[in-house]
Amino acid sequence: MASTERETLLDPLINNNPIALQVLGLCSALAVTTKMETAFVMSLAVVAVTALSNLSISLIRNYIPSSIRIIVQLTIIASLVIVTDQVLKAFVFDISKQLSVFVGLIITNCIIMGRAEAFAMQNPPLPSFIDGVGNGLGYGLVLMLVAFMRELFGSGKVFGFSVLPLVTEGGWYQPNGMMLLAPGAFFLIGIFIWVIRSMRPEQVEEDFHVGALSEPGYEGSVR
Amino acid sequence: MLEHYLSLATKAAFVENMALAFFLGMCSFLAVSKKVETAIGLGAAVVFVLGVTIPLNQLLNENLLKPGSLSWMGLPDVDLAFLTYLVLIGTIAAVVQVVEMTIDRFSPDLYNALGVFLPLIAVNCAILGGALFMVRRDYTFGEAAVFGLGSGVGWALAIVALAAIREKLRYNNIPEPLRGLGITFIVVGLMSIGFMAFSGIQL
Repeated sequence: MASTERETLLDPLINNNPIALQVLGLCSALAVTTKMETAFVMSLAVVAVTALSNLSISLIRNYIPSSIRIIVQLTIIASLVIVTDQVLKAFVFDISKQLSVFVGLIITNCIIMGRAEAFAMQNPPLPSFIDGVGNGLGYGLVLMLVAFMRELFGSGKVFGFSVLPLVTEGGWYQPNGMMLLAPGAFFLIGIFIWVIRSMRPEQVEEDFHVGALSEPGYEGSVR
Repeated sequence: MLEHYLSLATKAAFVENMALAFFLGMCSFLAVSKKVETAIGLGAAVVFVLGVTIPLNQLLNENLLKPGSLSWMGLPDVDLAFLTYLVLIGTIAAVVQVVEMTIDRFSPDLYNALGVFLPLIAVNCAILGGALFMVRRDYTFGEAAVFGLGSGVGWALAIVALAAIREKLRYNNIPEPLRGLGITFIVVGLMSIGFMAFSGIQL
């Protein structure tokens, strides 16, 4: 693999992580992370949709009139999400039930629209595909980390296997119920960003701006 | 009947707050909450769009998409449920576009207040999320209208409150790596704990 392609693939994992730095795609990131299993399936679904949507949008990028590009992108993404949803329903029905509306919400996941708009519209198919995979993986990485912490401390399990035996089951670990509730996810992401930015001070925000986003003027990626 | 609607509205606005309990619309929730004024603008736009699109989507779902709903056309066996996402997002995008043009034409003042936010919220997860919850919970038309308005109001409340807190945060000395996004998440977490106090409330 050429070095630029490797860069396209690996850059979004830590250096330019879509969740931590670009503040994209949070909606679903938080809701499906009470268990690693659901987070894992969700990550796979997002990787598939980002990669394929980038690929297909890049393939037809020269034929999309710019005035209706958002609608075209939305339609492509929505169709891909429908396919993903049907596949999940067919093969992992239980998990697809637990993911409930959040599979559908991949459509409005800002990462996918953001990458389609920012990368796939300007680049040839192969790099776009790789960029999609990279960003999907960067998203999945944060998802899995948050899910790991929430499941481990919230119910003493990892991927459904007991690691810390619970008091209720005769063990010693008193589970931290807050981890399973909404606030736990917010705190974890906050701490996660804190850790990343302590390690990479260049990502620290100068003056209280959310990521690279500014107020309404920057419509491209604020969703 | 009225009690049922009231209880549904309170539940949608407080107990199951879109932003703080379901993490919906997080991107704009964090990005546009630096000033109370802009937060109010976006909040109003969300209330409006949710209030319009959810009942509209309910009608479409009831008469086009649900299994067996095409019987009025003499096609009781056709199941278009797999098209749900496409129809919902299409309706939302179209309504937002139409609303934007109408407001621009008839009320320039309102357009100046809401206009910039309208394109933003076409792809706000809260709007699609609301529609999907409506489909999943099988609301009637009335319930859908109440649910749309209620959850919109809840979302607006949350973003205005967050913006107010962030305006004050400006004057605090926060550890550098935590500045901006990090501390915002922690504040949102605390707000979410606050909103959890509403759980169990029933009218």
